[in-house]
Parts: sequence; structure tokens; C-alpha cells
Amino acid sequence: MTVYLDANASEPLRPAAFEVMARAAFLSGNPSSIHAEGQAARRVLEDARQVLAEAFGTEADGVIFTSGGTEANALALHAFRRQRLAMGATEHDAIRTPARRHAQVTALDVTPEGALDIDALGAFLDSGDAALVCVMAANNETGVLHPIREIAALCRSAGAWLHVDAVQAAGRVPVTLDTLGADSLAISGHKFGGPKGAGALLTRAATVDPLIQGGGQERGRRGGTPPLPAIAGMAAALREALAEDGSQQRVWRDRIEAAAREVGARVAGADAPRLGQTSALVLDGVAAQTQLIALDLAGYAVSAGAACSSGKVAFSHVLDAMGYGVAAGHAIRVSLPWNVEESDVEGFIAAYRAMALRLGGAGRRA
Amino acid sequence: MRILVAMSGGVDSSVVAGLLKDEGHEVIGATLQLYDHGQATKTGSCCAGRDIMDARAVADRLGIPHYVIDAEERFRRSVIDRFAESYARGETPVPCVACNQGVKFSDLLGMARDLGCEAMATGHYVRRHAGAEGVEMHRPVDLDRDQSWFLFATTSAQLDFLRFPLGEMPDKEAVRAVAMKMGLPVASKPDSQDICFVPQGSYVDLVETLRPETLEAGDIVDATGRVLGRHDGIARYTIGQSKRLGDINTKSAGGVRQMVTRIDAPARRIVVGPRDASGRTEFRLRDMNWLVGNGQAGEARRTLRCGVQLRAREAVRQAWVMESDDGQAVVRLDEPAWPAPGQACVLYADTRVLGGGFIRLDAA
Repeated sequence: MTVYLDANASEPLRPAAFEVMARAAFLSGNPSSIHAEGQAARRVLEDARQVLAEAFGTEADGVIFTSGGTEANALALHAFRRQRLAMGATEHDAIRTPARRHAQVTALDVTPEGALDIDALGAFLDSGDAALVCVMAANNETGVLHPIREIAALCRSAGAWLHVDAVQAAGRVPVTLDTLGADSLAISGHKFGGPKGAGALLTRAATVDPLIQGGGQERGRRGGTPPLPAIAGMAAALREALAEDGSQQRVWRDRIEAAAREVGARVAGADAPRLGQTSALVLDGVAAQTQLIALDLAGYAVSAGAACSSGKVAFSHVLDAMGYGVAAGHAIRVSLPWNVEESDVEGFIAAYRAMALRLGGAGRRA
Repeated sequence: MRILVAMSGGVDSSVVAGLLKDEGHEVIGATLQLYDHGQATKTGSCCAGRDIMDARAVADRLGIPHYVIDAEERFRRSVIDRFAESYARGETPVPCVACNQGVKFSDLLGMARDLGCEAMATGHYVRRHAGAEGVEMHRPVDLDRDQSWFLFATTSAQLDFLRFPLGEMPDKEAVRAVAMKMGLPVASKPDSQDICFVPQGSYVDLVETLRPETLEAGDIVDATGRVLGRHDGIARYTIGQSKRLGDINTKSAGGVRQMVTRIDAPARRIVVGPRDASGRTEFRLRDMNWLVGNGQAGEARRTLRCGVQLRAREAVRQAWVMESDDGQAVVRLDEPAWPAPGQACVLYADTRVLGGGFIRLDAA
């Protein structure tokens, strides 16, 4: 049996979400249809929309359902293509890759603790008219929370649109358009215990430039019949996630970090405000892929860097931006899921200790 | 035992994984990602993106864990860059030796040790015997598939840890039959050929990108320095070659057919001589790897009477090989030949690999 400690890749499905999904799956109607069956489906869709609207501080028409976080981010960026844009150096590829299509894209430095360098943003905004700034609320590898309110204040006075990739933060820490001061938010259902396949772009303005056109769904902003079960499941999962405070996970996360430090590990971003269930553990001199495989063979599922479709472990651009140098290839991410148990944590600590004592430390080849 | 299998996605290493799994070992599959598949994609060679998916499909079929190991940067530095540098020096490199030596038998093997494996297996066609004085490397049963020449740089310590189950296979058909019987999805996949990282077999384009000077035009001269014609880049030539010499090949020196006898990289010159010229009997080797002991106690250096093989597909020649200082050796052939700098000279006693080295540039 594998112990799953890779919540930031995908949270385990919440049973409450599954129940809602199963019911929604048997609704034959298309939400766009006029008849009673269509109306029943539409009610489920609009109920879910209302849940998201309330949770993230917007009106129902500020919620655009997408296939997930990547599409929500792409949709946000699409409206600003070929304009001047800045993003944090530690953004996810869902931002970095589409951003490369922009005529002028600047990567803003982060501090050694991983938070966006406010001075760098200020300098960027002073250097010309910026259309868009993209900063993630919480980093996927370190859990570090960026100072979004400060960033928002700078963007507002400069007249730049602030898009926040809230995929890792949503359902874990309070995020609303108002409290963050953001103009748009991207979220993904499976990162808080919903199913894979649904996400949303949240904004106050009703207009965006659609990526996918078609039958006029989502008010013409995202064509295609919406995946009703996934969307209903996302809303149910969000409700449940928001009712949790994550304090138990934080206690266990701290226990893992204390144990890891005892065997020589460093914790990236440890002194920054960050999510309570994410640890980036750096074991100097031991390749991340070796650590990952050793732990997997011992029955513990963790990750390193951003997951790549080929399955290879990539060098962490996040830790690299934080100044870790070669050690950016020596870090793993442990992210505790909503249903983690104490025995999982204790088991992981034992497995990590054993691995670190065997592979880490002085005298080992690099 | 826990054993790591280097899986390329081809039929050979897939069968190795299956055989070891059937023997009851705890098998871990690992596939090296050696270069960006978007840039260098070709079929019929060893490591395109398709191959990683094939390796994963085989691992799924066998029910073993499988991992993709990122070795791109290391491969670029230790294999591809050196491949181009070797041409720039006027050599004819063997990139497969560098890959086996570094990425596979140093890095991946080190990882296998780190993961608590007791051995690492590959799909190479070569045999490993436990001899009286330690492990020995031998040519495989199927001499058509012999890869021992490419593996001469394997150290004794590496050999000790390695397993080559296919060395005992009678032929490729037998390997495919095993794959078929196991239901492996790669059972009828074509064999890989050539150099895996070179798209469409055009190594010249790659070398030109990395070392443009190796594809600059220059003179073709005879042994006295007389200019006979022009060439379009030293990287297109190897010692013993008689193609690409234009009409020099037939008309010069009274109609005697010519061939390349030396590549003068600094001067960008290709030196030619009569094709029936006798070549040389003595040359030197660098970066020697020995898979045979010193013999006599107190005798510091080895002197062997053995067979030597100067190219991947060539007959063995009889020679004396004398170990010299700094990991080098001197080879004295019974009959003259045309050794090409950068190629391997592998030492054999019957089927056994005694060691080998790279032919030095000053050999020509």
C-alpha cells in the first residue's frame, strides 16, 4: 500500500464530492436544453456556480468554468496577448508557457525565502505601461504565499490587471478577489478534493476573450457542454475544504520538517508565510530523482519539481529562483492531503530518515 | 534480489526485464531520457519519446515499477559535445562507448546502488563470467549481435555489479520469441541502429551545429603535401575511407586508387595515399581499461600477446600490447593496418575481453 503525500499534484477525491458527482452523472439533460431535463441539469450547474461565486467573492456571472487550472490561466492571459506582462519567477508552467507568447514578458525575482520581490515589481511597473501581472497565491513546490495584497496595491495604482493563480491556495487558505485585491483568479477542482477535469476563472468583469468558442456556453466565454459531474463535484469539495482549518496538518508538517532537519535536510521557504501542508525538503548532494524513487519503493508517494508528462524529474526552477543553485536538483516536495493520518506521517518520517542516513551526509559522491 | 534494469523501450532490454522478473527478482525498470525528443526524433533508433512510452508499457505489462531518469544535460556534455569535439580534433569518435562508460555504467549504476539494488542488468549482447581471478567479460553466444567492443571501458567494479542475460541467447529470433511469449508490446519492434541522438542518420549536421569549423572546406593533399583537390569538411572523413575524394580517387598517382591516411585537423587537410599502402604496425592507446590482472606479482606493467579489434565490425588482428605510463599502451601489430584515431582498440583472448583503449591521435 502506498501512502499518498502528493496533495499538491492532486488531492484525493472527497467522498462528499463523489456522491454529488454520481447523482449529477445520471442527469441526462444538457444544461443548455429548454426542456425539464435540461433545466434540472442547469440547476446543478448554476448551484455550483453560486458556491464558487460566494467562496471567491464575485457574482455568478464572474465564474467561468474551465477544464482546470491550466485552461483558467490560459484564458486569463489570452486577453492580454502581445501586451507587456510580468510574472513571478516561480510561477507554474501553466503561466510560464503561455506567457512566452507575449511580446514582452518579464520574470520578477523572488527573495531567498521564495516570496515575490516587491521592489522588482515596483521597478517593472515604473519602467512602462504594463497590461498584466501574474503572481501565484501559493507556490506549488514550497507552499510559500506571495504578498498578494501589497502586489495588488502596486498594480492598482499602476493600472495593471492582476491575475492570481490560486490553484494551490484555493480551499487551503482564504482567497477571495476582494481580500487579495486581484482582478482574476484561477482555480482547479482536483487541488481541493474535487475530481480532475473542472476548474474556473473568477473575475468581476464579465468579459474575457474566449479561447474556445462554440455554442455560447458560459455566456460565450467558454464553448462546449460543461462537464456537469466534475463541476458539481468541485463545488461540493470546495464547501468541505473551506470548512476545514488545516491545523492538524500543520502540526504534522512541522513534525516532518523537524525530523528531516535532524538528518541534515533544509526546508526551502521555511521562514516565509506558507501553506500548512507543504514542505520542500532539500537533501544536499542527493539527486531528487533518487530520493523520489527510493521513497516510492518504500511506499511513499511524494514529488519533485513540477510533474512533467514524460514522468522525468526536472530541475526545480522554483528553488533555482530562490538561489539554491545545484541544490535545486536535490529537493523533494511533501504535501499532506486532506485525509492524511498520523500513522502516514510517522511512517514517512521513518522512511525519510532511513533514506537520508543512507544517501545523505558527507563523504558521499555528488 | 532487487535489480535495476536499464530499459530502452526496445525488445532486448524489455526481455531482460521479463526474464529477471520470471526468475523471481524484484525488478525496477529505469529509462534514461537522453535528449529533447522534440528536437531529435527518429524511428528505428534507441531513445525517441516513443521509446520511453514503450518501456513504460512493457513495465506495466510486467507489473514492475518504472522510472524515467533525466540525463539530458549529462548526456549532452559527456556524449554529444565530446562527439563533436572529437571530430574537431580529426578523430572518428565512438559515442556509444562514452555513453556506456558515463551515463549508463557510472550514473545509472550509481543510482541503482543508491536504491539498494544488488545488480543492474542491460540488454547488451555480451557475457559475464565469474572467473578464477574475478569477473570476466566475453563475446556473446550470438556473434552477429556482439557488443563487447562497445563495452571495453567497463571497469571490473562495474562488471561485478552488471548482468547481461542476453549474452547467452542463441540469436535475435530467440529473444523475439521470448518477448512474444511474454506478450510484450514491443515483440516485433524494429531493431535500433546507428547513433541514437542523430536524427535521420545525418551526424554531419549535428557536428556542424556544435563545431562549425569541422565542416569548412579544405585541401586534400598527398603525403608530400602536394594539393590534389578540395574537401568539404574534415568531419566527413575517417582513416581508410576512399569515398568523397572526387576524381582524386581514380586519376591521381597514375590511376592508383587513393584513400584517407591522415586527418590534419589544425590545417584542415585530408591526407591521402595509395589504397594498397601497407599502413602502420605500431600505435598508441589512451584511457586504457584493463579487465585482466598484472599476472606476475611485482611486475608493474602488463605485456600481452593477444588479438586486437580496431573497429566495431572488423576481424581481430594479432598483436603485442604493452602497458605504458599514465593509463596508456603501445600496440604492435603483426601485420600493418590503418587504425583510426578516436576509435577503440579492444583486446581479446579468444572470446574474452582483456581490456582496451582509444587510438591516439598521434597514431596516424
